[in-house]
Amino acid sequence: MAENKLNPTPNLDTLEEGPWPSFISGFKELYNRTGNTMVRGVLDQLNYSYETRMGYWKGGVVGVHGYGAGIISRYSMVPELFPEAKEFHTMRIQPPPGLHYSTKALREVLDIWEKHGSGIISMHGQTGNLQLQGVVQANVQELFDDLNKLGWDLGGAGATVRTGASCVGPARCEMACYDTLKMHEKVLKYFADLTHRPQLPYKAKFKFSGCGNDCANAIQRSDYAVIGTWKDEIQVDEAEVAKFIETRGVAYLTNNVITRCPTNAIVMNEDGKSITINNSDCVRCMHCLNVMTKALSPGKERGIALLVGGKGHLKVGNMLGSVMVPFMKMEDEDDIEAFIDMIDSMIDYWAENALDHERVGETIERVGMQQFLDAVGLEANPDMVIQPRDNPYFKAPYEKVG
Amino acid sequence: MAKREYQTVESGPHTYWDMLHPTIQKNYGQWKYHDRPRPGVLHHVSHTGDEVWTVKAGTHRQVTVDIARRLCDIADTYCDGFLRWTVRNNVEMTTDKEANVEPLIKALEAAGHPVGGTGNSITSMAHTQGWLHCDIPATDASGVVKSIMDLVYDEFKREEMPNRVKLSTSCCEINCGGQADIAIVVQHTRPPRINHDILASTCEMPSTVARCPVAAIRPTKVNGKPSLMVVEEKCICCGACFGACPAMEINHPEYSKLAIWIGGKNANTRSRPTNMKLVAHGLPNNTARWPEVAEKVLTIIKAYKEGGRDWERVGEWAERIGWKKFFEVTGLPFDKYMIDNYRHARNSFNQSAHIRF
Repeated sequence: MAENKLNPTPNLDTLEEGPWPSFISGFKELYNRTGNTMVRGVLDQLNYSYETRMGYWKGGVVGVHGYGAGIISRYSMVPELFPEAKEFHTMRIQPPPGLHYSTKALREVLDIWEKHGSGIISMHGQTGNLQLQGVVQANVQELFDDLNKLGWDLGGAGATVRTGASCVGPARCEMACYDTLKMHEKVLKYFADLTHRPQLPYKAKFKFSGCGNDCANAIQRSDYAVIGTWKDEIQVDEAEVAKFIETRGVAYLTNNVITRCPTNAIVMNEDGKSITINNSDCVRCMHCLNVMTKALSPGKERGIALLVGGKGHLKVGNMLGSVMVPFMKMEDEDDIEAFIDMIDSMIDYWAENALDHERVGETIERVGMQQFLDAVGLEANPDMVIQPRDNPYFKAPYEKVG
Repeated sequence: MAKREYQTVESGPHTYWDMLHPTIQKNYGQWKYHDRPRPGVLHHVSHTGDEVWTVKAGTHRQVTVDIARRLCDIADTYCDGFLRWTVRNNVEMTTDKEANVEPLIKALEAAGHPVGGTGNSITSMAHTQGWLHCDIPATDASGVVKSIMDLVYDEFKREEMPNRVKLSTSCCEINCGGQADIAIVVQHTRPPRINHDILASTCEMPSTVARCPVAAIRPTKVNGKPSLMVVEEKCICCGACFGACPAMEINHPEYSKLAIWIGGKNANTRSRPTNMKLVAHGLPNNTARWPEVAEKVLTIIKAYKEGGRDWERVGEWAERIGWKKFFEVTGLPFDKYMIDNYRHARNSFNQSAHIRF
């Protein structure tokens, strides 16, 4: 049965050495068990890429009934060389918020995937999709129907609202200032239509982080970054502060907490055993809470800040999101609905005014923040800026002369 | 076409509540604090008095049904059938029984997944699809990640860096790998070659022209047929046009290079989130182990480990010692291309007499 063996992949085999898990070994193991020839073809083409230092996939159009997005089509550009890799499409699946899985649910996905596709998975893509890599067009609909019956739905691709991402959230983190998982689920369910059918100028991403540590990388990588914060005072456990100073020492507290506070909001008290936090100076950066996890906790009046406009390099260079709403309560369904209403108006304005392939942050920069605020009905707020403008050329409302 | 019987349910993200361990459900939103008993293990204590231990382990991101099933087996044995992934492709197994922690660590490591990635470690590298699956990459990503993570394996398992170190790699200048403390990103060094034979039949010309950030693409005629041209003096080699039009052939085995960027930071801790900055470029795309890139990454890591103060991220360290010193201690050459000449470039100039000697 020599014809069933893997072909030599000399350019990849070095990646089987070394202590870190090897994806090449994983693929080979998969092929040797299943004999799925697509896996062999993909390894052969990848080996060729390593030899020639070029990629050989091109896009096309593959989809499922009623959807305009969610499958990334990949056809080999050299099918004559690698006929087994002729089609290698990816199905993007929206995972549970926070990437929490039960093994029962995950095993169901794995079994369905092995039945219809290659068995290769990306866990997870950079936007947060569970990516089933390697299905042929003929199997796509059946694969999706089987998954959809179990509550799984396609993610975004192209000019759509993209699959969301969220941090571990209140499921297992004391820093979470709102329910990132619930908000992720509700907001992305609301935008399901915009996720599945491209009808926007370009992509729109939501990411949900429970605090300023921003474990979902929301400010950097999403158009709508939802960051947990609080309005009142950091909760201080005095006994734990004293214990911290006793065990770690005054020098550690001084060098790693007090002087690391970006706004000098923390002072050591005369007794040498306690600290005072000037909460009106605190910018909720999270540093002191991260260092003194037992002694300090976020305040009780919690909610979210919304930062808008983050995106990657294309095409004006990297942009980080900036504050649009410094604080919103996010406790119940009504709060989530109010958030969705606000986002709806932002997406509407952007969809109507953006240039092709323009992210909302680029649109805001092009038309000016004033126009965007007027359009979506938000008041200007000093939290939106690091400093007021320093150039004198602007036009405030005026009365016509004569 | 046969009549479709099944009616799709457009449900969006899968529900999460059933994906949570019962002890996690019970203590949802009630966590009081956490600590780290050892590298790779988090210990969370609830206001209810309940405790959970989470063991974090590295994965290869490009997994298979076999690998995922093995992780499910481990989660079934020690974690009552629940597990989660992090945004940096680590797997997390949470148990409410302290006695499960050691055997859980052993089981994960026996399955080839190093336990670590917590606290001040070098955690798993965020990365893109590369030659394995993307349609526009100039390099592979999984291979670069494997090559680098093999070299920093011990630092993944320890917590000995000044602060956490996040790495990323991206196979084109779109940089899906994202901002990181140390990032490896493709850098195209020549304008695209134009494949006029396929351009008119493959590409929508107006949208390709519009895609260029510096208006370097113009309509033209080649051999009497409509096509596009690139004004090479204006082109910034970003590769944006290639995404719109595969005839704009930006990738090249020799002239698509790699660059190293440092100081990207997503957290708001201490300083605001920051973009990463260019510190090395023009490095060869040398499959399958990228030794020239790896050597520079290791040099930066070593200098940061030696010079960074507690809690300083790579970018914060470079800011404190000054970029001049950064180039001195790493031995990386600074050149004129590291001075920004794009939008808002002046914001990065030293508009002061603050000079270090």
